[in-house]
Amino acid sequence: MSETPRFSAADFEAAAVDRQLQAVSRPSLSYWQDSWRRLKQNRRAFASLGMLVALGVLTLAGPFVWRLDPAAQDVNQISQAPSFPPSALIVDPYTAWSGVTAEPTRMGDVVTGLHLAEAATTQAVRLAWEPVVGAAGYVVYRSVYDQAPDRALGLPVGEVVGADRVSFEDRLDLEPRRYWYAVVVMDENRAEVENYAALVVDAVRTVSVEEAGLRGWVQDVSTLTPGDRIGLPYHPLGTDYLGRDMLARLLYGARVSLFIGVVAPLLFVLAGVVYGSAAGFMGGRVDQVLMRFADFVIALPFLLFMILFKVTFGIGPGESGVFPMLVALVLLGWPSTARLVRGQILQIRQEGYVSASQLLGARTGYLVFRHMIPQTMGVILVTLTFAVPSAIFTEAFLSFIGMGVAPPTPSWGSMANEGIRTMLSHPHELLFPAVIISVTVLAFNLLGDGLRDALDVRMRGSE
Amino acid sequence: MLAYTFKRILQGIITVWFIATVTFIAMHAVPGDPLANERATTEQIRLNLEQRYGLDRPVSEQYLVFIGGILRGDFGISFTQENRRVNDIIRENFPVSATLGILAVTFAALGGILMGALTALFRNRLPDFVIMFLVILGISVPSFVVAALSQLVLVDINASLGFSLLPVAGWGTLRHMIVPSMVLGLGTMAYLTRLMRSSMLEITSSDFIRTARAKGLPPARIFLKHQLRNAILPVVTVLGPAIAAITTGGFVVELVFAIPGLGRYFVEAVQQLDYTVIMGTTVFYGAFLVSMVIVVDLLYGWIDPRVRLE
Repeated sequence: MSETPRFSAADFEAAAVDRQLQAVSRPSLSYWQDSWRRLKQNRRAFASLGMLVALGVLTLAGPFVWRLDPAAQDVNQISQAPSFPPSALIVDPYTAWSGVTAEPTRMGDVVTGLHLAEAATTQAVRLAWEPVVGAAGYVVYRSVYDQAPDRALGLPVGEVVGADRVSFEDRLDLEPRRYWYAVVVMDENRAEVENYAALVVDAVRTVSVEEAGLRGWVQDVSTLTPGDRIGLPYHPLGTDYLGRDMLARLLYGARVSLFIGVVAPLLFVLAGVVYGSAAGFMGGRVDQVLMRFADFVIALPFLLFMILFKVTFGIGPGESGVFPMLVALVLLGWPSTARLVRGQILQIRQEGYVSASQLLGARTGYLVFRHMIPQTMGVILVTLTFAVPSAIFTEAFLSFIGMGVAPPTPSWGSMANEGIRTMLSHPHELLFPAVIISVTVLAFNLLGDGLRDALDVRMRGSE
Repeated sequence: MLAYTFKRILQGIITVWFIATVTFIAMHAVPGDPLANERATTEQIRLNLEQRYGLDRPVSEQYLVFIGGILRGDFGISFTQENRRVNDIIRENFPVSATLGILAVTFAALGGILMGALTALFRNRLPDFVIMFLVILGISVPSFVVAALSQLVLVDINASLGFSLLPVAGWGTLRHMIVPSMVLGLGTMAYLTRLMRSSMLEITSSDFIRTARAKGLPPARIFLKHQLRNAILPVVTVLGPAIAAITTGGFVVELVFAIPGLGRYFVEAVQQLDYTVIMGTTVFYGAFLVSMVIVVDLLYGWIDPRVRLE
């Protein structure tokens, strides 16, 4: 047995009430204020949020700043890679060239002294070389790559017959870029010999005064003289295979892609919340039937039915196909949110404060709007954030296989689809839409992770 | 277990019926005439064609014929290639898609489990950061971009090597299958890695691991026998939906790599509005996916006996 504690009279005196102890030392934070504070601490998520805001501003304001028409074709700059503002040299109009002839004196199987007879322009590249005795003629090749590594001479642009004709004028579809020319000798049987002479040529973009006026590049033709430089329409991100400005198309495409990516999740999350909370609140048989139906819809193979519904709703002539895609996304997207919200509602219904509220005479509507919806808001917001990137993905995916937005309307997915055809020669046409899709989806994913950590107390720290 | 199996199979059959019905309704709501791009030049030819495809009968009867056909395993004749049966098209093209899908799922599951375990093992150290960065990237970059980029890289590699290390496109040998199945499985692998990581971390802090450590088991044994085995369970549950995502996501990879699979055929059929092929393929895919989910669920019940009791 332990000793009985002894108390003195002093132990039974009233203690002094220290008010300071009970004072709240820090301002009290609501759930949302606390979540916002947590989100701000997550640097990745906060940076993503900033980027998404910037993207939103760019999407809304971009087309007003960069006023180029996304449908306008610049046929002079098709599949133009991103570059500095291009300019053109004004030259005299094209005049025919009689060429060069020289008597062959030297033996051999390869020409020497391959050179430019005149400065190389996009109007014409004029080559000349030293003749070879006994040659039946010469073949001129042009390549856009260096021939040396694998002896790929490129395109045979022309053939001159006769050993003494030692010049060639190339006017075939010249672009302002570097060309690798090669001249091969034909022997007496007119067979081409193995060796070749090579010349690297940088063609300069030129335009005649008259042409500059016709193309509308200058207002007043009379002020131009040969030797002047004029600026050409500028495409900072280059142009696509139809000569349309990539930047303008990306900005307009953002409207389509982000519209589908944000509005469709908003709608189907809303539908899911209504459906799921109805099921969860009513419970019993109604709940069972509603949830069984949701299970069926979840079992539909998503992409197959996206395509199927797109066909069902059809695209009339002149329509962009955005609306059918929106409807299809909403029809197929709602059940997962409904399931989630139902689970939450079922859980909250068990809580003591709900019973207390009911006991005090709260009506159903009050319970739902005062207790249930605010409690599930965090989960709903997280679902929404993760639904956006998957909707953007779906749009891109469908447009990529040609089942999405109808052609003249730009969207990131359809731009990627068009870009992949010219991927090897003009990678920028695929790269820009691909990068912007990836970055947007990445930002939404990181923001979603951050929001989940900030809003959902149970999930905190699990990853 | 038997009752559970039976219940799941019954549910599956009803689900397939639902899929078939929605497909039927969707296809019959398509604006336009299924014979519009046919050579229905005269009224008589049109009548004959309608009779051949059963379009002259009332919709309810067409529905019964369609469901009856599914029960007999017969999806009818293609609209655009009149001498081909949909069953033959599926039989010829599905094995290709299935091979691609199986390889992709295997790659995704093995890679996901391995990488997830690695990240958990090296938590908050360099391998963890590197893998998790790649995972975020894998989730954020669309599969068609990865497919196109891998082709670009392959072209460069093959060019610099001077011979074809791995083919850029096509189908046939195992070498053709490596890159497409990796591209197809990448997104799922990233997702599984994340899942595996959080599951591993949860297990690591559980009581039985502490007990195992306390009784002096070697760390390798704890890792393999106790942590890994238990952490794999959540990964197995999502394998069913993952198979679904990979199989239907195969379209794009099949398109980019020019693989003669059923997904590509489906896209073509939709473009040509080949009604029977669209309906047949959709129902077939749906049935395949539903059965995959059932198989995974049963497998899960076998691995983790606790599930069966619920």
